[in-house]
Amino acid sequence: MDLSVKLPGLNLKNPIIPASGCFGYGREYAELYDLSILGGIAIKSATPVERFGNPTPRIAETPCGMLNAIGLQNHGVDYIIENELPFLSQYDTEIIANIAGSSEEDYVTVIEKMKDDPTVKAFELNISCPNVKHGGMGLGTQPELAKHITQMCKNVAEKPVYVKLSPNVTDIVAIAKAVEEGGADGLVMINTLLGMRIDLKTGKPVLANVTGGLSGPAVKPVGIRCVYQCARQVNIPIIGVGGITSSEDVLEYLLAGASAVEVGAMNFKDPYICKKIIEDLPETLKKYGYTSVQDVIERRQK
Amino acid sequence: MKVDTGIIKSNTYIGKDVYKMEIQTDLADEVQCGQFVEVEVPNYFLRRPISVCEVKEDHTIVLVYKVVGDGTRFMTTMHDEISLFGPCGNGFPVVDEDVLLIGGGVGVPPLLQTAKEYKKIGKNVSVVVGFNTKEDAILIDELKKYSDALYIATMDGSEGTKGTVIDAINENNVDCEYVLSCGPLPMLKAINTKYTKGCISLEARMACGIGACMGCVVKDNEGNSLRVCKDGPVFPIGKVVL
Repeated sequence: MDLSVKLPGLNLKNPIIPASGCFGYGREYAELYDLSILGGIAIKSATPVERFGNPTPRIAETPCGMLNAIGLQNHGVDYIIENELPFLSQYDTEIIANIAGSSEEDYVTVIEKMKDDPTVKAFELNISCPNVKHGGMGLGTQPELAKHITQMCKNVAEKPVYVKLSPNVTDIVAIAKAVEEGGADGLVMINTLLGMRIDLKTGKPVLANVTGGLSGPAVKPVGIRCVYQCARQVNIPIIGVGGITSSEDVLEYLLAGASAVEVGAMNFKDPYICKKIIEDLPETLKKYGYTSVQDVIERRQK
Repeated sequence: MKVDTGIIKSNTYIGKDVYKMEIQTDLADEVQCGQFVEVEVPNYFLRRPISVCEVKEDHTIVLVYKVVGDGTRFMTTMHDEISLFGPCGNGFPVVDEDVLLIGGGVGVPPLLQTAKEYKKIGKNVSVVVGFNTKEDAILIDELKKYSDALYIATMDGSEGTKGTVIDAINENNVDCEYVLSCGPLPMLKAINTKYTKGCISLEARMACGIGACMGCVVKDNEGNSLRVCKDGPVFPIGKVVL
C-alpha cells in the first residue's frame, strides 16, 4: 500500500515521524531498528549554545501518560551540526530540525547555522515548550508574537518552516492563523500540556521544576481536537502529534485533518512503536476502506 | 537489547515490602551483573527500571523489587507473563581483583549476581550489607553462598553492627580496596569519600531507559552530563557528583 505523503520540503515514505525530544538524535533507536523505515525524524531541540536543562527529578508518571521537565537539554547547534547530523545523514529518512531558544534572535541564529546542512529538510519551531523560563511557550501563546517569530525565521531559513503549537492557550486557531500569516509552511500540533504532580509523602511537587509537560495517551483527545479545529481554518498542512500509540490513532489524526503524525512518549514505553505502527498501518487503512494515506487525506470530511 | 514477554515462574514475598520474581526470558542470555531491565506493568504508562538480582539456568532471571507505589504494588499480583525490555545500561565490571560488595536496602539485589561472577573466577568476595532493621534484611543466605565473609549493619542494631555499612566495615576490619556498591544516596556518598577503586550503581527516575529522553541525567566532576540509564547505572567511584 502507498503510505507516502508529500509535504513542503518533506517527501515522507510514510506519515510516521518520531517526535522531537522523544527520540534524541536517533542513535539509541538505531541500535534497535533501521531508521530508514521512518517517514522522518524530528530531532531533539537545538539551541544556540549548550543547555544542561532542569534539575532532576525531571520525569513523573501520570494516568495514561507522563510529565516531563527536561528543559531543552542539548549540546548546542554547533555540536549537533558536527556530530549528530552526519550520523543521521546515513539514513534514508527526512530530518526535521527542531529549533528552540530564549529569544527570537536565538531561533534565527540556530537556523542560520543549520540551513546549509543538506541533511536538514525542514525546520520545526518549538515555540511551545512549557519547561523553560524564557522563550519557549511564551513565544507561542500570543498570536502577534508567534507570527513575528515565524516571519523572522522564514526570512532566513531558505527551507520550509513548520511551527509547533502549544495547546496551553485559549484559542489555538488564532495562533495557527497568525503563524500561517507569518509565512509558516506547516503546523505541528500539539506540544505537551502544562501539568503538575505532588508527592503525598513529602507534600512537595514531584518534579524539581514544579511543573512539566503532560504527554502520552491521556492527551490524544486534546490533540485530535486542536488538529480538527485548525485544519478547518488554515490552508497549510498539519502534522498531528499527541498520545499516538497505534495505527488506529494515526488514522484518527489523519481523519481529524493531519497529513502526517509524530509519535512521542510511546517511544519510551515501547521502543519499537514507530516500526510497529508503520507495519500495522496498511492493514488498518484497508480495514476502514482506504487505499492509501493520500486516499484518507482526499476523502476525509472537510 | 530487545523486548520479550517473559513467563513468570514465581512471584513471592521475601521481606518487608520486598518481593522476588523469577522470570523465564531470552533476555537471561544477555544480562550482565548490575544491568537492569525495563518492566511493563499493565495499566501503567512507563516501564519500571529494575536491576537483575540473579541469572539462573533455564533462561531465568530473578528480580527483587520493593513496593514503593501503586505500580510496584500491582507487580506483586502478576503471575502469568510480563513484558521486559533490556538488558539496559552498563553492569558492574568483572575484573581480576578481590572484591568488596557493599549494598544498602533494595540496592542489595544486583550484588548477588556480581558475587556469583567474582566467585566464578576464583576471587575473594567480601560482602557488607546495611538495612534499617532486621526485618528489612534480604538475600542474606543467598549472598553467604557466594561470599567468603558477610557482615550486616542495621541502623537500629537489631542485627549485626549498629549503624551504617561503613561502621560495619570499620568494626570488622574489612580491608579490601576494590569496591562495588549499590544503595541509597547517603551510603554512596560515604563510599565515594572512603574508597577510590571500584564502582557505584545509581538509581533514578527514568522514562526511556535507553538514553534518548535525558530524564535521568547526573553530572560528572567536569560538569558533563551523563545518563544514568545509558552511561550508567554503574559509574566509577568519584566520577559522578552525588
